[in-house]
Amino acid sequence: MTETVFFYCFAALAVAGAILTVTMRNAVHCAISLIASLGGVAGLYLMLHAEFLFAVQIVLYIGGIMVLFLFVIMLVNLEAAARERQFHRSWVGGLLCAGGTGAMLAWFWLRGAGTLRLPPAVQPTPREGGNVESLAMVLFRDYLVPFELASLLLLVAIVGGVMMAKKRI
Amino acid sequence: MSQYYTATDHFVLLPAILLALFGCATLLFDFLIFPEAKQRRWLLVFLVLGEAFAGVAFWRQQSFLLEHGGNLTAFRGALVIDHYALFFHWLFLAATLITGLISYRYLEVRDEHHGEYYGLLMLAQTGMYFLASGTELVTLFVGLETMAITFYILVGFLRADRRSNEAALKYLILGSLSSGFLVYGFSVLYGISGSTRLSEIAAAVAARDAWDPVLVLAVGTAGAGLMFKIAAAPFHMWAPDAYEGAPTMITGYLATASKAASFALLLRLFVGPLGPARESWEPLLAAVAVLSMTIGNLAAVTQTNTKRLLAYSSISHAGYILLGLVAGSPTGIKGVLVYLLVYTFMTLGAFLVLTSLARQGMAGDDINDLRGLMKRAPGHALWMLVFMVSLAGIPPTAGFLGKFYIFWGLIETGHYTLAVIGAVYAVVAIYYYFRIVKAVFVEPEEAEAGPLTVSLGTRVGLAVTGALTLLVGVYPEPVLRLAQMSISR
Amino acid sequence: MLAPVTTAHYLVLSAILLLIGVVGILTRRNVIVLMMSIEIILNAVNVNLIAFARNLDQLEGQVFAIFVICVAVAEAAVGLGILIALFRNKETVQVDEIDLLKW
Repeated sequence: MTETVFFYCFAALAVAGAILTVTMRNAVHCAISLIASLGGVAGLYLMLHAEFLFAVQIVLYIGGIMVLFLFVIMLVNLEAAARERQFHRSWVGGLLCAGGTGAMLAWFWLRGAGTLRLPPAVQPTPREGGNVESLAMVLFRDYLVPFELASLLLLVAIVGGVMMAKKRI
Repeated sequence: MSQYYTATDHFVLLPAILLALFGCATLLFDFLIFPEAKQRRWLLVFLVLGEAFAGVAFWRQQSFLLEHGGNLTAFRGALVIDHYALFFHWLFLAATLITGLISYRYLEVRDEHHGEYYGLLMLAQTGMYFLASGTELVTLFVGLETMAITFYILVGFLRADRRSNEAALKYLILGSLSSGFLVYGFSVLYGISGSTRLSEIAAAVAARDAWDPVLVLAVGTAGAGLMFKIAAAPFHMWAPDAYEGAPTMITGYLATASKAASFALLLRLFVGPLGPARESWEPLLAAVAVLSMTIGNLAAVTQTNTKRLLAYSSISHAGYILLGLVAGSPTGIKGVLVYLLVYTFMTLGAFLVLTSLARQGMAGDDINDLRGLMKRAPGHALWMLVFMVSLAGIPPTAGFLGKFYIFWGLIETGHYTLAVIGAVYAVVAIYYYFRIVKAVFVEPEEAEAGPLTVSLGTRVGLAVTGALTLLVGVYPEPVLRLAQMSISR
Repeated sequence: MLAPVTTAHYLVLSAILLLIGVVGILTRRNVIVLMMSIEIILNAVNVNLIAFARNLDQLEGQVFAIFVICVAVAEAAVGLGILIALFRNKETVQVDEIDLLKW
């Protein structure tokens, strides 16, 4: 019961934040709505027993990426952009495409509900050392290759970010 | 070596380690040893060395496979080395090497010669390695993103050029959207199978009906993401702009290596785990292929910018290659591999000629810039003729060979309508390729254009791509044998 | 009273978030908002992954989500870098004013 109430609170936060993000006029307001949305999703992670990801979501997403976004918003002058039209001329076409995607998603999930055959959710197995330790076991044993590859990905992103943003290299 | 990193794991991963190491070394040496722009050509040595070492590692893997047969799986089924993967590794190696060799003059002319370029090329190739060798969703996804993000940077490498910035931004936003769809499809695949390994996903997919809604949803979203990466219509809108704005040789690299890597993943997924659901995705794929050929060929006719023209032509080529997958027979799949190989060489060659047209202060990508090339650089002009004839698919060049196997596969499996549509559009394609040929040979040259200055790298690259385009056309047996070996598992 | 929360609830939520992100990308003009929409989409994927992981009582889905976050970071960093480079050459962040290349 409490769980259900919490789910709907967090889900409402996530969806409302997301809707405000794509509709607000001022980019700073968009960023703040996105933070709310990410916070709602973080709460859902906690309910799904993903404690480590909850922390990552707060520290990295809200603390890291969103600050980056805010920095860039401060760096580029957005005042002019906030006064202009917010949607492009072909927004009807875009909305139609999105509507098509939505209809497809709804249709498949509604039809698929019967065949998904998800086993009933069980109580999570209590793992020794908690979520972080057991996550580390999976990450560094079974997902060693993507982990190492992710370091290259971040290196590329660093080089790219610096190259693009710096005036003289 | 421990239980989690065995000797086999090391043997399989070695080429990627070498590429990544040389890529990082290039980044380091760039600012430690070569601060002057003039010296940066020496960084090419790192590229060549890195590719040579990786080549030796691939060679050892290949001879191991030839000797012992079978495949090498590593990291508990996260990576595999088979002849299929090696086929693509050789392709990426050749494309990266040629792109690196022809780049320095262009970058110097456009005043953006930075050492990061060579490092990024090698890191992109590392990403491609995981696309061709990965057999696990997380590895494939991170590999794909490593490649894609490197390409976003490389497309925007001409930082002072607005067209390049805009192309990079557009490519990044649409690319991220497509990655989102792809990984959404992956998440559903994970949900229905409970594993990220392709072998276990294959079992879960085989247990389901081909029209199972959740399965179709996964195939649809992941497929849409992949169609975007190979620039097939209706997910092609980024391609003309990204191709036009990018530095010319990166356009060539994007059109060949990136497309081939995405096809490697597409084939690995659709022929492997998603194969049992063929009934549901075959009509979709056929529709995408026909749409790509239609849009690509018809839009190419009116283009005045050579890079845009070749972008639309590359969209139509993606359509042809997809037809091989629609056929699905061994001949069709062999056709896909042969087509990708010859397409890589002829397209790289064509972009190589365009790259050498760049002069101080101009990109040289208008079709009029090709005028009178016959007088200015007869060698270039003749090679351009070879590439255009091959892209149009006229025998005895290599381009014909690819189309031949695709059509053969289609007829073999009874897809006569698709074969006829493909053949009709091949005739349309001749028209716009010959517009380029006409500009090169017939139209008078611009008054102020002098003879071309051609770098050594360009000469080597042209000789290799041109010779291969001709040679594969007249003596296709080795390539066919290689392709045959790659599809027999 | 209220039905207990099942995995299906999370899947529906994820689909809704995905849809909102797609609407944002297809209709907004401001590049920064477009990038935020991409973050929403990747979050939708993460909800999906973690809900499945919870349902299967596995940790693989959570690990996958870590990698998705990692990719999101990299995309945002490079994207904002390119945006700054563009802004330096042309003082706009509206996609349809990127007129050299038609959107």
